[in-house]
Amino acid sequence: MSVTSGAPLKVLVLVKHVPDAQFDRHLTGSDHVIDRSESILSELDEYAVEAALQLVEARGGAKAGHTVTALTMGPERASAAVKKSLQMGATDGVHINDPALAGSDAAATSLVLASAVNHLGGFDVIITGMASTDGETSLVPAQLAERLSLPQLTMVSSLELGEDGVLTARRDSDTTSKTLQAATPALVSVTDQGEEARYPNFKGIMGAKKKKTVALSLSDLGLEASQVGAAGSWTRIEDASPRPPREAGTVVTDSGNAGVELVDFLADKKLL
Amino acid sequence: MANILVFIDTPTAQPGKAQRELLTLGHRLGEPVVALGSPAADETVAAYANLGATALYAPAGALAGTLIAGEAAFVAEAARACSAGAVLLPNSADGKEIAARVGIKLSAGVITDAVDVTADLTVTKSVLAGGYTVNARAVQGTPVITVKPNSVEPTDAAATSPEVTTLEVADAGPAARVTETVEKAVSARPELQDARIVVSGGRGLDGDFTPVEQLADALGAAVGASRAATDAGWIEHSYQVGQTGKTISPQLYICAGISGAIQHKAGMQTSQVIVAINSDEDAPIFEIADFGIVGDARSVLPQAAAEIQRRKG
Repeated sequence: MSVTSGAPLKVLVLVKHVPDAQFDRHLTGSDHVIDRSESILSELDEYAVEAALQLVEARGGAKAGHTVTALTMGPERASAAVKKSLQMGATDGVHINDPALAGSDAAATSLVLASAVNHLGGFDVIITGMASTDGETSLVPAQLAERLSLPQLTMVSSLELGEDGVLTARRDSDTTSKTLQAATPALVSVTDQGEEARYPNFKGIMGAKKKKTVALSLSDLGLEASQVGAAGSWTRIEDASPRPPREAGTVVTDSGNAGVELVDFLADKKLL
Repeated sequence: MANILVFIDTPTAQPGKAQRELLTLGHRLGEPVVALGSPAADETVAAYANLGATALYAPAGALAGTLIAGEAAFVAEAARACSAGAVLLPNSADGKEIAARVGIKLSAGVITDAVDVTADLTVTKSVLAGGYTVNARAVQGTPVITVKPNSVEPTDAAATSPEVTTLEVADAGPAARVTETVEKAVSARPELQDARIVVSGGRGLDGDFTPVEQLADALGAAVGASRAATDAGWIEHSYQVGQTGKTISPQLYICAGISGAIQHKAGMQTSQVIVAINSDEDAPIFEIADFGIVGDARSVLPQAAAEIQRRKG
């Protein structure tokens, strides 16, 4: 059933709390999991929140009964990702938090997210970012589409929902630009080439305090601890070694001949 | 020897380096079986037979009319049909998404961004923007692995006369339709992702990429750019090197007028040799450059290009 212009539109946006890429990031512990102490809402997920808000605003927004639910999965402090989404304008939040979730790979993550989508029910459009800025695999959106049997409109830089409930999107690659169409319900991932994400304003920040966030545990989703986390993952990191730091080399100041010195350097390294 | 299923997204009569690398890796790990991304034609069958494919699978009809779902259903079916010991795919956006869905269909672990795969199917990749090198394994099902270009030296294999099996793809499930495909103009320069040498430009070029293109052409190099340059509209987004663009590891990376913000470093810091030209002597790019020039890229690059031409005679 696709959502046509009269019915309330229900959008779910998936957001992730990731280590800030502006700082050095580290793997820790025997499972080589990411140290999440300096974390923020993934920059790439801000585009997803923006795309979700624009979809509902184009139909009259919250006043017309349309909703954007922001969902995250992660430890206690991951709620910051939901909070930021609520401040930007999402209607309500969902936080899946269970100690067993730590170390989940894409397959385990997509299992949890798919279970949550089914548990919550009724979403017309599910929107994610193009990748997490920590795992960087871009696997979860496609795996979620597969698990939920939804058409995927992924890695898109524009998105529109027609009155007939059909989504139209543009997916660019190096060699082609494709126009995609699918009826809702559908799964969408947006790139950083879409509309710039808005900053929360004062009203948004104050309003977010009154918005509801639902907490969900594994048992709420009907999942066992053995299906998620490192135990339920289908891949494992055996060992991890930090890249040796690069040493700074020679630095010269151009006194009118640096282009020639550059070519000398390349010749010396046999790179010409 | 196990069958290693190699997915060739765009079959062609003259397979490029990236496809030959996948076949070479398939040979190293077992018997390479090719899954063609479009219906079999005599010249494509011959091309992959010449690369040593021991068997070929092809879809009965075109898969390109829907996004990802059709290709994923076909690859999963081919993997089952040949009892694959591993599935190898290109590390493109499409390749990763197809791998993602194949993994769910086969209940199998998926590993992206591989730069090496050993005989026991341990995958080497770099994570956290090149900050770590990890060895990873699929611990359930047939490993599904997407392999980065330039990871393997392609080698010749004895030609084969493989059997071609046509697979009717069962219902691929709901999928988005591709209603229009516009081909972008193809550049005569090497692909950014595959190039041995890359010359990149940033904010310091002040809107004019001509000096970068001149040096790139003198070196037979690909052109890249920082996010500042693509956001400013000086060059198309597909040229962006960095966290939200391409992650590349060429033999030589020359960056001009790029300060070296961490997002940019994420895309290039595993390059073998880095050369930086920047007018700000405190630019962080100099901390990782093997050779740095404090100066104006707009004069250094043309001078270097002219010097290379002069030495070539």
